[in-house]
Amino acid sequence: MGTYITFPELLLWLPLLGGIACFFMKDAKPVKAWSLIISLITLLVSVGSLLYADNSKYPTYNSVNYIWLKYLGNSFYLGLDGMGRILTFLIALGFPIIFLATYKNNYKSPSAFYGLMLLAQAGMMGVFISMDALLFYFFWELALIPVYFLCSRWGGERRIPATFKFFVYTFVGSLLMLVGIIYIYLHTNQRSFEDGTISAHSFALSSFYNASLSASDQNWLFWLFFAAFAVKMPVFPFHTWQPDTYDQAPTSVTMVLSGLMVKMGLFGVIRWLIPILPLATIKFTNIVMVLSIAGIIYASFLAMVQDNLKRLVAYSSIAHIGLMCAAIFAMNTLSVQGVMLQMFNHGINIIGLWIVIDIIEKQTGVKHISKLKGIANKAPVLTIMLLVIALANIALPLTNGFVGEFMMFGGLFSFNSWYAVAASLSIILAAVYTLRMIRNVFYGETNSLTENIKDISFNQQFVLGFIVLLIFILGVYPQPVIDLTKSAVTSLLKI
Amino acid sequence: MSNFVQLIWLIPILPLAGFLIIGLGRNHLSKQTSGLIGSTVILASFVVSVIIFLQVLHGQVFNPHYFNFISVDKFNIGFEFKIDQLSSFFLLIITGVGFLIHVYSTSYMHEEPAKNFAKYFSYLNLFVFSMLLLVMGGNYVIMFIGWEGVGLCSYLLIGYWFKNNDYTNAANKAFIMNRIGDVGFLLAVFWLMARIGTVNFDQVFTAANLAKLSTTDITGITMLFFLGATGKSAQIPLYTWLPDAMAGPTPVSALIHAATMVTAGIYMIARSNILYTMAPLTQSVIAIIGLATAILAATIALKQNDIKKVLAYSTVSQLGYMFLGLGVGAYTGAVFHVMTHAFFKALLFLGAGSVIHAMSGEQDMRNMGGLKKNMPITHITFLLGCLAIAGMPPFSGFFSKDEILAEAFAKNNLLWIVGVIGATLTAYYMFRLYAMTFLGKFRGTDAQAHHLHESPSAITIPLIILAILSVIGGWVGIPEVFVHGGHRLGDFLTPVFAQSAAIATAHPISHNTELMIMCVSVLISLIALIFAWKKFGNPDSYRDDKASEKETAIGNILQNKWYVDEIYNAVVLKPLHSISLFFNNIIEKKVIDGFVNGVGKAVNYGSRQMRWLQSGQVGAYVLWMVLGMLTLFIIQLFL
Amino acid sequence: MDIKYYITLSLTLFTIGIIGVLIRRNAIIVFMCIELMLNSVNLLMVAFSKMHAASGIVKSLPTYASDAQIFVFFIMVVAAAEVSVGLAIIVMLYRNTHSIDVNFLNRLKN
Repeated sequence: MGTYITFPELLLWLPLLGGIACFFMKDAKPVKAWSLIISLITLLVSVGSLLYADNSKYPTYNSVNYIWLKYLGNSFYLGLDGMGRILTFLIALGFPIIFLATYKNNYKSPSAFYGLMLLAQAGMMGVFISMDALLFYFFWELALIPVYFLCSRWGGERRIPATFKFFVYTFVGSLLMLVGIIYIYLHTNQRSFEDGTISAHSFALSSFYNASLSASDQNWLFWLFFAAFAVKMPVFPFHTWQPDTYDQAPTSVTMVLSGLMVKMGLFGVIRWLIPILPLATIKFTNIVMVLSIAGIIYASFLAMVQDNLKRLVAYSSIAHIGLMCAAIFAMNTLSVQGVMLQMFNHGINIIGLWIVIDIIEKQTGVKHISKLKGIANKAPVLTIMLLVIALANIALPLTNGFVGEFMMFGGLFSFNSWYAVAASLSIILAAVYTLRMIRNVFYGETNSLTENIKDISFNQQFVLGFIVLLIFILGVYPQPVIDLTKSAVTSLLKI
Repeated sequence: MSNFVQLIWLIPILPLAGFLIIGLGRNHLSKQTSGLIGSTVILASFVVSVIIFLQVLHGQVFNPHYFNFISVDKFNIGFEFKIDQLSSFFLLIITGVGFLIHVYSTSYMHEEPAKNFAKYFSYLNLFVFSMLLLVMGGNYVIMFIGWEGVGLCSYLLIGYWFKNNDYTNAANKAFIMNRIGDVGFLLAVFWLMARIGTVNFDQVFTAANLAKLSTTDITGITMLFFLGATGKSAQIPLYTWLPDAMAGPTPVSALIHAATMVTAGIYMIARSNILYTMAPLTQSVIAIIGLATAILAATIALKQNDIKKVLAYSTVSQLGYMFLGLGVGAYTGAVFHVMTHAFFKALLFLGAGSVIHAMSGEQDMRNMGGLKKNMPITHITFLLGCLAIAGMPPFSGFFSKDEILAEAFAKNNLLWIVGVIGATLTAYYMFRLYAMTFLGKFRGTDAQAHHLHESPSAITIPLIILAILSVIGGWVGIPEVFVHGGHRLGDFLTPVFAQSAAIATAHPISHNTELMIMCVSVLISLIALIFAWKKFGNPDSYRDDKASEKETAIGNILQNKWYVDEIYNAVVLKPLHSISLFFNNIIEKKVIDGFVNGVGKAVNYGSRQMRWLQSGQVGAYVLWMVLGMLTLFIIQLFL
Repeated sequence: MDIKYYITLSLTLFTIGIIGVLIRRNAIIVFMCIELMLNSVNLLMVAFSKMHAASGIVKSLPTYASDAQIFVFFIMVVAAAEVSVGLAIIVMLYRNTHSIDVNFLNRLKN
């Protein structure tokens, strides 16, 4: 129990309180500025947490544990480890980027919009730092609910059915997970607190790791948890909410969903599924692998025939996430390290892609590949930015995507070479759909929709330039990130 | 001596710096400046390469390691280079020929607006950077970085005139075909990682590590690497992108699609020679595919009328020869042919570019002819290039091609026979090209005739230099038959291939046999050459009326490139597209969404039915309540 | 007196209450019937309390005889409060709709 405030607390409270404060503001301008400032401060804190990453040197900075509902064996336990650090950094980085890139967008009732955005940020932060199952579930829902409102209120014209689908999918998943959490809770050992209270069971992560669960229990619990995480990621065949939602949600929310929120599913698998249910994991690894790899190929195929830019990116994201899921279950150092790196990279890259699509859609009013043409003639800077980001997305060397995918494929290959061969089909297909999109949208002569398109403004240039820079830095020198997550990976693989 | 290590990183960094400067400053730099920067960095890089090469010549080998690229657990990929005989030799070719082509480009591209001109040079510099990385890389991953990098630059430069849809299609095709090969390369790297746990060349090629590989492993790995090579070096089945890649500016075709990038596959296999020597099955496959490609491409080249297309197919064909060389274990011969080919093919492409320039963009040879008098320098240099590629002694192509053919003969006579047929075809179509372009009388429009002129010196000087190299370049590898110890290149490269030489079974052929087979191939080629010269050089023999031209059945097939593109389209692309549509329209929309929406609909329907219970009448509610209570009583009391 | 008489009386009152609620449409009558049901349950409770006290099952507790009686007083007090609120609602309904027919009061449905 720290006498001063710790990093995880700051990361949680800043957006939470900042978000609540947003609801009390009226005008668009101060709300925008306020949320941007809050997100920037959060980013600063997150950078600070990276600087003080050494848990052995600064033990008091990185975790906090208050007794909360002690008769339930629950405590307000937040902590940062390597994986949490890189993911909270991604969240903290993602939000200012999103706010900056969409700074000029106007929403009706902006205070509610930005408030909900910040609440979603707080929820995601909580998911990544909570070390207690009840807390985890609480934040999991806290992240979901603001997004639900954001989609249903500010989305496109078909937003209601899309949001409904999204909500039903994710909520069914969450509830299944809740059942699983309660079941495991009832099988945990008793826990004694410092003040002498003894609870019959415990929600603490470590107690969950030590819960006495028989092999048959693990089998069905596995699917309860996996359903929640698979929907979130999403893994084939739980994915159909994603293209609809990405298409219909306002772009900044789509960025949050695709760049940041899908990581919750991967994170959940790494922290809350595999270590708790190791026997079932081993048993079902092959099924999950086959699902993921089928999803990779399936989504790549679908991406090839999409006309809607947003749906194209959505399917491409499904393919990439599928690869990450497969790599997690390959369970070797190389692949899991690759996943850690790629979770970050994927977030950055896909946010970049959405920014570009948003710019195009705002200027031309369409998002259909068949209607756009020749943008490169009018907006060369935008084209170059997109080219870099898209190529990073298809893992060209010296971009960040390559390092992550290389490691994941390498790990997958040593787990089972045939899986890697099947998954590698997506490398080719990714090139096919990405280049097709670039050719149709950016190359060729301009048409009536695109001839008046303007090149990107300064703040967009700044944001995209920053993303491009990150892409190259992590593509050339990814080692710091690998080192950061090393301990988390080794502790995972010990199980 | 170790001071020279400090220079090595300059070689790739200079072009990268050029790329960044020109790329970022493209809106502000004038054409002269960007051309100057672009060429100077390559020249500087060339100078450094020469310095390093001289060190290597003295027996120095450099293995600088800069930082850990990916380091996980015990597995470590460094950002490291390997400068030995092989790579330093390639450095010279890349920077040397690269520099000449940069100089050439300053004049060739001068009609482009300044912005695009800068873009062009930045891409070109980026290409040289990637190519250098490929060659200098000290492990397979760094090599792969360059490997994909050159593919990217090739994509960017083929699609340089991006307003034209055909060009961008060609660019996409090139990138995707390369990517198919790249996947093979990557899988081979993973396989190595899984078995040996390292990708560093020096570590992989140690005996201890090689012993860890079973025969299956080695065959699989080499096959996958070769798949990578077929993509990059345009071999069957992935060769079709190269002819289409001629959509790019001509200097690009010369640099990327003739002299450097397409030889990456040969470099990679020569670098991994020990693996291939240990996998005889793969070697046979390489030899057969190389030869098949050589013949196939040569037959297609016979009937093409676009001057660049002919050269493109001839490149594919020559690359096939190099693979034949690799397949029969003639690593030195293959590398030798890479060098001579770089000289004469770059020369031919640049010459063709000079012609196209003079013809105001016309590429159809049926509209050329008689350019001999208007373009004397281009004509002479082009002729020298043709003689070199046709394998006429003492031009450079003769030495390298005959070294490969002699080794093929030693391995299997049949390979040699087919190889000679290919060489004959080469001589025929090259001189058909030469004759149609430079001999006879002019067949173009009057406007074009008016415009005909010799190109400026920025174009002709590289032509002259390359022509000289095409003539004398082969003299570094004179076979033992003529001069004892004449194969300087072979001696120089010995350390690189020493490991292979130790386990390969040599089939030496006697000097007499060697002389005999040389004479046969030269004679047959000479006959083909003269035949083509006579047939197409005669002003009257070529009919102006193109429409009346009747092609034989086989001629039609050749003109349509054996319909390979059409077959790929029908066998690969169409089915893929259909599968995608099937997934999209049936599985995604009907099955999965159908299921999900079905659940939703069922709930909806159920609730609509349940709604009738909520009549809003208090009495009804009370009735239900009482009935419920009664039911509970009954259950409680009687059941 | 035997407990079964009390039970019979209470059940009869309760049934009258239910039937009243089900078949009458006048809100005040319905309300009175509800009160009737409530009081029938009250009656039952007092009766049982008396019965248990007499049989001596719960003698160990000092307040055994008065527990339920006191409880019933509570219920009556709450019921009185409820009546006042309920009647007030009915009065307001009448003022707004000029009707106290419960079948007419189905606004919530839509």
